[in-house]
Amino acid sequence: MQRPNSLGHLSVIIIFMMVMILPLLGTLLYSISTSWSSGLLPDGITLKWYTSLFADHRFLQAMMNSVLVCLGALLLTLVLVVPTAFIVFYYFPFLKPFMNFIILLPFAVPPVVSSVGLLQIYSNDVVTLTGTPWILLGAYFTVALPFSYRAIANNMANLNLQDMLDAAHLLGASTFRAFFTIVLPNLKTGLMVSLFLSFSLLIGEFVFANILVGTRFETVQVYLFNMKTRSGHFSSAVVVSYFLIIVLMTILAGQWGKKQ
Amino acid sequence: MVSRQAGKKALFLLMPFILVFFLFQVLPLIWVFVDSFKSNLGEEWGIGNYEYIFESRYFRQALFNSLKISLYSSIVGMLLALPCAWSLHRLSGRLKELTLTFANMIANFSGVPLAFAFVILLGANGCLIVLLDQLGIQLGFNLYSALGLILIYSYFQIPLAILLMLPAMEGLRDEWQEAACLLGAGKIRYWISIGLPVLMPGILGTFIILFANAMGTMATAFALTGGNYNLLTIRISNLISGDIFLDPWLASALSMVLVFILMLVTLANEWLIKPGRLRAKAK
Repeated sequence: MQRPNSLGHLSVIIIFMMVMILPLLGTLLYSISTSWSSGLLPDGITLKWYTSLFADHRFLQAMMNSVLVCLGALLLTLVLVVPTAFIVFYYFPFLKPFMNFIILLPFAVPPVVSSVGLLQIYSNDVVTLTGTPWILLGAYFTVALPFSYRAIANNMANLNLQDMLDAAHLLGASTFRAFFTIVLPNLKTGLMVSLFLSFSLLIGEFVFANILVGTRFETVQVYLFNMKTRSGHFSSAVVVSYFLIIVLMTILAGQWGKKQ
Repeated sequence: MVSRQAGKKALFLLMPFILVFFLFQVLPLIWVFVDSFKSNLGEEWGIGNYEYIFESRYFRQALFNSLKISLYSSIVGMLLALPCAWSLHRLSGRLKELTLTFANMIANFSGVPLAFAFVILLGANGCLIVLLDQLGIQLGFNLYSALGLILIYSYFQIPLAILLMLPAMEGLRDEWQEAACLLGAGKIRYWISIGLPVLMPGILGTFIILFANAMGTMATAFALTGGNYNLLTIRISNLISGDIFLDPWLASALSMVLVFILMLVTLANEWLIKPGRLRAKAK
């Protein structure tokens, strides 16, 4: 296909990338500079902000907390959403529009609103979940739900579940067994891609983590927020380390997507 | 065929999902709805909280600021994203893949880290500000103002808009442009009569998502101004976890105002993206 003005398109994309990368580039340079008071470039290059960051027990703990709570929430999402999507698609296809509707609810109810209710419901003498990571598992499930359900449902729509299950039943497998040995392996690629993308989404979550749990189980976002009074170089090192996780997750998602 | 008994068992297996969804999504919303009608610090039932919000200059300003920043950042984000998405659509191969990956990463670069990155770049002593200052250029730009917030919000709106607009761009067939060209239409004419009308449902749908996204977000502004800038989400947060004055009932009423706007917008979007709706209406 002949692309007549691809030079124009090329320059648009290059300008877009150059502008969008500015905040990242500035942060990266700031995180490796001794000081940067004037001029185009920093006064000197150093890795001391990173060494002090990775020697900070609180930072490592926050990283660990973030990874743990994100993995936990993703596991919960997977365990709840995959069977649900299967049951809806195989047994009750008439529920599909209803599901498409209810997964929009998290968009209409932002985290700060849910937090108002969650704080009232789960911090009393009977149930005290606030201040513990457990409440984040449930809250993060709602954050990841729209994206993971959409990804899984799109994959299932391409599977021809009815024929697949009929064949399995004919060969004597139960629906239960067919789900684990046929449906799940067929969903694997889509699941992995949506997992990596949801991980990037969840590790960037701040509002729930700050309001519901705060410093009692500090995630990396809350840590960064609480470090705002420390040197800008130091917080830049946190931002860069955090962004590297996103880069890693996006690349992993891309690699899995290619396998399809 | 699915037997009735298997169907019952399957219904039973839906319970865990329904339970968790109810406990963490539906119940909090119901709770907020009910609490919003307890006024006077939860002492009496009625619409007192809502009256208070709409009579108070302070809360009206919060609502106005939220609407203003969401609207402007969505317009700016959309206007900048459209040419980028179009160029990206016309490119192919490795560069397209790379740009898409980049847009995906940047779309996740929001909230607290983004606020920090902007402070380093454009804060009072930001590198770019200092650099321009030495070149003798004084922008007089204040990152902690409405303009600063619109700039940061636009930054995270652009990649989101690109990712959302790309599928819509696929609907624009090359042949149409060639046909229009053969019939003597110039580029501008093509966009006015064919390109934009075809893209319109996608543009409106994306715009609505951007707007809702900006209305509901809080982390960026919170991290940037420490909760000082008057936005709806920040007011809600300060009423439930601030250190001065707590009133979860008033926070509930503010929340319902926000949810009402977002529901309206989300439903409008659902209605818009239904294929053929707009075209059917045009006929």
